Amino acid sequence: MTESALPAAHDPPPPRSQWLDVWDQFKTHRGALWGMGFFVTVLIAVLLGPYLWTIDAQFIDIRARNQGPSFAHPFGTDQLGRDTLARVLAGGRVSLAVGIAAMLLALGLGTLIGLVAGYFKRLDGPLMRLTDLFLALPLLPLLLVVIMLFRDSLRSAFGPETGIFFLIVFIIGITSWMQTARIVRGDVLTLKEREFVLASQSIGTPARRMITRHVLPNVLSPIMVSATLGIANAIITESALSFLGLGFPSDFPTWGRLLFDSTDYLQQYPERVLWPGLAISLTVLSVNYIGDGLRDALDPRIRGR
Amino acid sequence: MKFKTLALAAMLSVAFTPGTLAERGSSGHVNIIYWQAPSTLNPYLSGGTKELEAASLVLEPLARYDETGSMVPWLAESVPTVENGGVSEDLTSITWKLKPNLKWSDGSDVTSTDVVFTWTYCTHPDGGCAQNEKYNDVKNVEALDDLTVKVIFGVPKPFPYGPFVGAQAPILQAKQFAECMGEKAPECTEANFGPVGTGPFMVKEFRPNDVISFEANQNYRDAAKPAFATATLKGGGDAAAAGRSVLETGEFDYAWNLQLAPDVIKAMEAKGKGKVVAAFGTLVERIIINFTDPDPALGAERATAKHPHPILTDVNVRKALSMAIDRNLLVEIGYGTTGRPTCNVLPAPAIYRSSANDACLTQDIEGAKKLLEDAGWKPGGDGVRVKDGKRLTLLYQTSTNAVRQDFQALIKQWWKEIGVETELRNIDASVFFGSDPGSPDTFQKFFADVEMYANNFDGTDPEAYMSNWSCKQAPRPETQWQGNNMARYCSQEYDGLVAEMASTGDINERARLAKAMNDKLMQDYVILPLVDRGRVSAHSNTLGGVVLNTWDSELWNAADWYREK
Repeated sequence: MTESALPAAHDPPPPRSQWLDVWDQFKTHRGALWGMGFFVTVLIAVLLGPYLWTIDAQFIDIRARNQGPSFAHPFGTDQLGRDTLARVLAGGRVSLAVGIAAMLLALGLGTLIGLVAGYFKRLDGPLMRLTDLFLALPLLPLLLVVIMLFRDSLRSAFGPETGIFFLIVFIIGITSWMQTARIVRGDVLTLKEREFVLASQSIGTPARRMITRHVLPNVLSPIMVSATLGIANAIITESALSFLGLGFPSDFPTWGRLLFDSTDYLQQYPERVLWPGLAISLTVLSVNYIGDGLRDALDPRIRGR
Repeated sequence: MKFKTLALAAMLSVAFTPGTLAERGSSGHVNIIYWQAPSTLNPYLSGGTKELEAASLVLEPLARYDETGSMVPWLAESVPTVENGGVSEDLTSITWKLKPNLKWSDGSDVTSTDVVFTWTYCTHPDGGCAQNEKYNDVKNVEALDDLTVKVIFGVPKPFPYGPFVGAQAPILQAKQFAECMGEKAPECTEANFGPVGTGPFMVKEFRPNDVISFEANQNYRDAAKPAFATATLKGGGDAAAAGRSVLETGEFDYAWNLQLAPDVIKAMEAKGKGKVVAAFGTLVERIIINFTDPDPALGAERATAKHPHPILTDVNVRKALSMAIDRNLLVEIGYGTTGRPTCNVLPAPAIYRSSANDACLTQDIEGAKKLLEDAGWKPGGDGVRVKDGKRLTLLYQTSTNAVRQDFQALIKQWWKEIGVETELRNIDASVFFGSDPGSPDTFQKFFADVEMYANNFDGTDPEAYMSNWSCKQAPRPETQWQGNNMARYCSQEYDGLVAEMASTGDINERARLAKAMNDKLMQDYVILPLVDRGRVSAHSNTLGGVVLNTWDSELWNAADWYREK
C-alpha cells in the first residue's frame, strides 16, 4: 500500500514505471487518499504517541475518576481515573498489531494455497475441499475452545499478553485466508490459459519460475485488496473478542476492551464509548477506502481511463 | 343477563384482588432474568447460586428461611424442636412430619421414601454431591411411616437443621432419580434438566445455559397458587443488561443480583419502570488464596494438596496482600450504599460477628512493604520482590463483571506498590461458577493463585458454612472437583473447631466457636474478605409479592408473586 508510492517518486517522466501509473490512478480516488492519510496518522499516533503522551495507560489515579475532557486528560478519564487518551493510544497499538499480523498470516496462507491449487491441477480438488472445510468453521466458538486448550501453555511460554497475542493472531489468520485463496485460485486458472503463459511453457520454464515470474505479479491486485480488507476484518474480530470479555487480560487496553468497559456508562458518560468506537470504525473505514482505491489503481483496464 | 352480570362481577373481583383471591394462572406470564445462566436444575450437582435459585422454583425443602432469617415449615407440617418433641433430648435425632396430601407435579404422592432417597442420593460414596456438607454427621435417615422421617446423627447435633432445610437441600423424587446414583448422577440429563418437584412451577423446557420455561404445577398444594400460569427464566448476558431490561425497558419482571456500579443502578431506577430492592445478609466478596500449586506443568496433580504453593504458603505474603487493600475505597467504587467494608468472612448474624480483625479496615502499604522486607522478600530489578529465586507474581482470576474488573485493576495497582506482580484473568460467569468438571476455568478447580467471588450461606446457622474450610472439603480429582474449600486450606486446629461446634448445643458457646473459626481463617489469611454486600435485585412495578430474602433462594416465595394491575 504505502510502499507502492515510494519507489521512483521523483523520477523524471520518460521511463514511466508501473508503480508511478498506479500512484497516479490512486491519487484520483479522493476517498482512498483520505483513508491513507488517516491510516498513516493513526499508525504514527499509536507508534509514537505513547512516547509523547507519557501517562501509563494502566495507572489508576482514583481521585481523578470520571472526569470530562481537560488539559490534563484531553479525552477524560474512566471510572478508575485511568487516562482515556493513553488507553486509546495503547489500545490502538494492540488492535493494529493484531490486525496487521493476522492479515499477513492470512494473506501468506491464502496466496500460497490459491496459487498451488490454481496452478497444479491435481492439488486443486483436495485444497479447495480444505478451503470449504475452513469456511465452515465458526470463528468465535473455535477461538473459545482454542483459548481454553492452549492458554496455559502459551502463557507459560510467552507470558500472558504475548501468548494471547500469538493465539489470537494465529486463529484469526488461519480462519480468514479462504477468501484470498479462492480469489487467487480463480485468477490463476484464467491466467494459465493465456498466451504468454503458453509461450513460456513452450520454452520449458519450470513451474517455480512460472509462478514467481508470470503468475504472481499478475494476481497482485486481488491480493493487495484482500490484504486491506483482512486488516479491517482482523481488527473487528479482535474487538469483538475483547468486547465479549475474552482474549487479553481485562486491564490490558485494546480498542474492543475499552468499548466493552464503557458500555455500562453509555448513559452517564457517552463520550467514553465515543473514542474507541470512533477509532475502530474510522480505521476500518479508512482501510476499506484504501482497498477500494488500490483495486482501481492496480487494474490496468481501469487505470489510465 | 343475570349470568352475565354475575360472571362480570366474578371477573372484576378477580381482577381487583390479585394475590389473595386470584385463581391459579390468572396473572399470565412472568419473565425472570438471571444474568448467569443455570447449567442444570439439580442443585446437588452444582455449587452455583444460579442453579440453586432456578431449581427452587421446582424443588422444595422440608423447611426454609424467611426474609428475617427465621425458619418456616415448607413441606413439613412444623419445624421440629426439643420443646415440641421433634428433636430428641440428646440432640442426636430429629423427626420431620410431612404435610398430608402432598403431590409431585406428575401427580404421585410425596412420601418419606423420597426424603430418605434424597439423603442416599447426596451421600453416595461415588458421587460428587455439591451439597455434601448439609448432610454432615448424618448416620441414617429412616422412614417411620409414609409421612414421617427420622434423621439420626452420629453425634449430638445442636443445630439439626442441616439436612433437607433451605434451597441447598431440597427433596428429590425417588422414582425419577433412582437410576442416577453415584457416578451416574451427571449422566442423567433428563432428570437433571427437568426434575419433578413439589414447587409452584414445573419445567416445560430446559436449555442449559440459556432459557428455562416453566408452567404452573397443577398439583401444587395451594389451589390458588401460583398466580402465574407460565414463567420464563432467561439466563445469560450481564448485570447491566439485566438491570436495564427490568428498570428501563420493562421487558422482564425480575432481575437477580444486580452487581453494578452505584451510579449506574441509580440512573436506571430513575427511569421509573421498576424498583431496586436491597437487603444485607451474609454475602461477602472475598479473595481466596490458593494453598496449592496451580502450575500447568504438574498435569493432573496441579492444584492438589500434593504440591504446596511456592509463594502463598508464606503467611507474611498473604498478610501483606491483605494489608495493601483499601476496603473502604472498594466499597465506594463498587457498591455505594449497598456494601460495607468487612474484615470477616462471617459478617452476620450479629452474635457471630467477630471484632478481632477490624485492623484490616485501614490500608497499610508501608506496613505491608516492611513485612515483606523483613520476611526476606527483596525487590528485584523490575520492582517485583524475589526470595530464593521465587518471584512474587500472581494470577488473579474472577468472573466477568464490570465491578469485579474494576476491583481487579485497583487491587493489582496496590499489590504492585508493595512489589507484587499480578496478572488478571476474567472468565465468563456461567463457566466460572458452572461447576463443570470438564472445564479448567471453574472456581472449584482454581487453576490460579488467587480468585475473587462472593459467597454466602442460607439460613442463620453458620455451622455448615464454617465447615467449608475443613480439609476434607477441598475440591480434588477424587471428588470430581466438588467441594467448598477452594483454598485447599488444611489445619488440624481448624478441623478440631469444626468438630467441636458439631457437638456443642449452647448458643453462646456456638457463637464463640464460630468467631474462633472466623478469626482463625482471617488471621491465617486464607480468605481476604473485601466487601459485605447487600443483595440487590430489581422487580418491575407491576410485579407484586416480591419479598427479597437473603437467607434463602430469592425465588423462595414465587408462589405468592402476582401481577399488579
